[in-house]
Amino acid sequence: MKLLKLLFRNSFRHPLRTVLTILGLAIAIMSFSVIRTAINAWYVGAEASSPNRLVTRNAVSLIFDMPLAYKERIANADGVTGISLAQWFGGIYVEPSNFFAQFAVEHDSYFDLYPEFLVPEDQMAAFMAERNAVLVGQKLADRFGWSVGDNVRLTGTIYPGDWDFVIRGIYTGKFETTDENTWFSRWDYLDERMRVETPGRAGRVGTYIIQIDDPSRAAEISQAVDAMFENSIAETLTETEEAFNLSFVAMGSQIVLGLQIVSAMVIGVVLLVLGNTMAMTARERVSEYAVMKSLGFQSYHLVGLIAGESMLIAIMGGALGLLISVPINGVLGVALSMMFPVVKMDALTFIMSAVISGGVGLIAAIFPTLKAVRTPIVEGLRIVD
Amino acid sequence: MAETIVRMESVSKSYWRDQLEIPVLQDINLEIPEGEFLALMGPSGSGKSTLLNLMAGIDRPSTGSVKVAGAELANLGDSDLARWRSDSIGFIFQFYNLMPVLNAFENVELPLLLTKLSSSERRQQVETALSIVGLSDRMKHYPNQLSGGQEQRVAIARAVASDPTLILADEPTGDLDKQSAEDVLELLSRLNKEFGKTIIMVTHDPRAAESANLTHHLDKGELVTK
Repeated sequence: MKLLKLLFRNSFRHPLRTVLTILGLAIAIMSFSVIRTAINAWYVGAEASSPNRLVTRNAVSLIFDMPLAYKERIANADGVTGISLAQWFGGIYVEPSNFFAQFAVEHDSYFDLYPEFLVPEDQMAAFMAERNAVLVGQKLADRFGWSVGDNVRLTGTIYPGDWDFVIRGIYTGKFETTDENTWFSRWDYLDERMRVETPGRAGRVGTYIIQIDDPSRAAEISQAVDAMFENSIAETLTETEEAFNLSFVAMGSQIVLGLQIVSAMVIGVVLLVLGNTMAMTARERVSEYAVMKSLGFQSYHLVGLIAGESMLIAIMGGALGLLISVPINGVLGVALSMMFPVVKMDALTFIMSAVISGGVGLIAAIFPTLKAVRTPIVEGLRIVD
Repeated sequence: MAETIVRMESVSKSYWRDQLEIPVLQDINLEIPEGEFLALMGPSGSGKSTLLNLMAGIDRPSTGSVKVAGAELANLGDSDLARWRSDSIGFIFQFYNLMPVLNAFENVELPLLLTKLSSSERRQQVETALSIVGLSDRMKHYPNQLSGGQEQRVAIARAVASDPTLILADEPTGDLDKQSAEDVLELLSRLNKEFGKTIIMVTHDPRAAESANLTHHLDKGELVTK
C-alpha cells in the first residue's frame, strides 16, 4: 500500500459529498470556459483584421457619411496601394429579427482588398455583371436556405422602399476567423436609385477601405489622409482595420466586462465549494491526522495527503467541466454563429481552466492543511469520532 | 540486570487555560527497566495519560528530563521526534484509532511505510504481526467489519509491526467487553513474555493491572506508590 491509495480512498470516503463537489466544480469550470469562449468571440473580428488595411470614416460618427470625391484624393496619397468603399445598407429580410450585416460595396475593387473572401470565378463574374447582384457568406446562406440564383427582397430602413436582389455568389472564408455571415450588394445599385429618388443622398460613402504596402506606416498614412480633409464639411478619421473593429467591440464593452465579472465570480464559487468540502474533511479527520503523527508521519506527509486530495477532487471536477464544455461550446457556437464568425474554445481557455482547477485545489487545501499540521497530537487524539 | 528504558527526572507538566495554570504532573521521578510490563493506575485526571504521552514524545514536559530508549526527548526537534517515534514507539489507543478506509493489512502496514523496507518485507512483517494477534484470516477486513476486540488486536499488530523498543497502551481495554478485554490483556502479556517487549499500560481497571508485572499509582499528578 502506498500513501497514494490512502489519498484516493480518503477522497471518496463520502462518495455523495465528493461527487456533488466534483459536479459543482465541473459546472463552474464549464461556465467559466463557456463565458471565456463567448468573450473571445467578441474579439475574433479584430483578430481577423489585416495590418495592410486602413478604414476611413466620418470623424463625427459612423452614422455620417463622406463624399465619393474623397476616393480619388485618398487613392493618390503616399503609401496607398488600393482603395475601395462600402456603405451600410441596413435592410430587413422578412422581419426585423432576421438581422445580418449588409454592405453595399464597390464591386470591382472591394474583393481585391479582401482576398480572404473566396468566391468561385463564375459567381464573381456574375456578381460583376449585374447591378442588383449579391454575394453572401456561406453561413448566412445556410441560415436562410439561400442558393445562387435566388431572388431576395429587402425592405430598406436607411434607404426606404423595397429592394430586389438576386444572389449571384456564395463566398467562403479563407481563414477560420473570416466572417461568413455578411451580405455584399453593389454600391452602384444603391447609388443609382438614390440619384433618382433622393439625389441629396447620392454619391455618399460610409467607409473607405485603404490598402497600404507597409503596415509600419499605418499611423503616418492615417494622419496624412485625415489631414487632407481637415476643416472640410466631412472631416475624416482613419485608423487600422483592427482599431476600427475594436471600436465595435468597445460598444459592447459593458457586456464583456459583465461577463468577465461573472467568470471571476464563478472561480470564487468554485473556491468556496471545494474549500467547504475540504474544511469539513479536515475537521472530521483531526484525530486520524493525530494518530498518523503519533506513528511518526511528518507534517509534509499530511500536506501531501490533504493537498493531494483537494487537488484530485479539483482536477476531476475541472476535467469533467472541460469535457462537458466541449459540446456546450458547440451548441453555443451554433446559436451565436450569426453574430460571431468563430465561437470555439481556444487553447488559452483550456489552459486557464486547467490551471484554475489545480490552483483552486491548492488554495482550498491551505486552511485544512494548516489546521491538521498545527493541531497538537494530544489535542487531536482527544477528539473521538 | 536489565537496562533502564525509561528514565524521568523531576518531570512536571502544566496546561494553561486562559491565564490559569493547571498542574497535571508534579515532580515525577521514574525508572522503568527494559522488558517490564508496567501498569499505570489512578483515577481520572490523575495524569496517567499525560505521563504516557510524555514517554511517547507526543507531548513535552514543562520541566524535567524524559529519556526513553536512549534518547533525551527534549533534545529532539519535531521532525527528529517523529522519526524517533516511528523507530522506537508502538502506541495502542483506547478507541483503536484505525484508519476506516484501510483494511486490517493496510492499517498494520501504515507505520511501515515510514521505513525503508521493500514491499515484500513489509508484507512479511504485516503478516507476522497479524498472525501474532490471531487475525491472519481478517487481513482484508475493514474496521467496520471487525468487532471492537478485533479492532484493538489490529491496533496492537500495528503497534508491534515495526518492532518498536517500547509499547505504550492507553486504556487498551477501556472500550471493550470483558472477554475481548481479557484477550487483549493476554496478548499484551504474551508480547511481553514471549517477545520481550517493554509495555507500559495506562488503566483504571485493577483486573487489567493484574496482567502487568508492576503497577505504579498516580494521584493528583504525583506518583504515590512504587
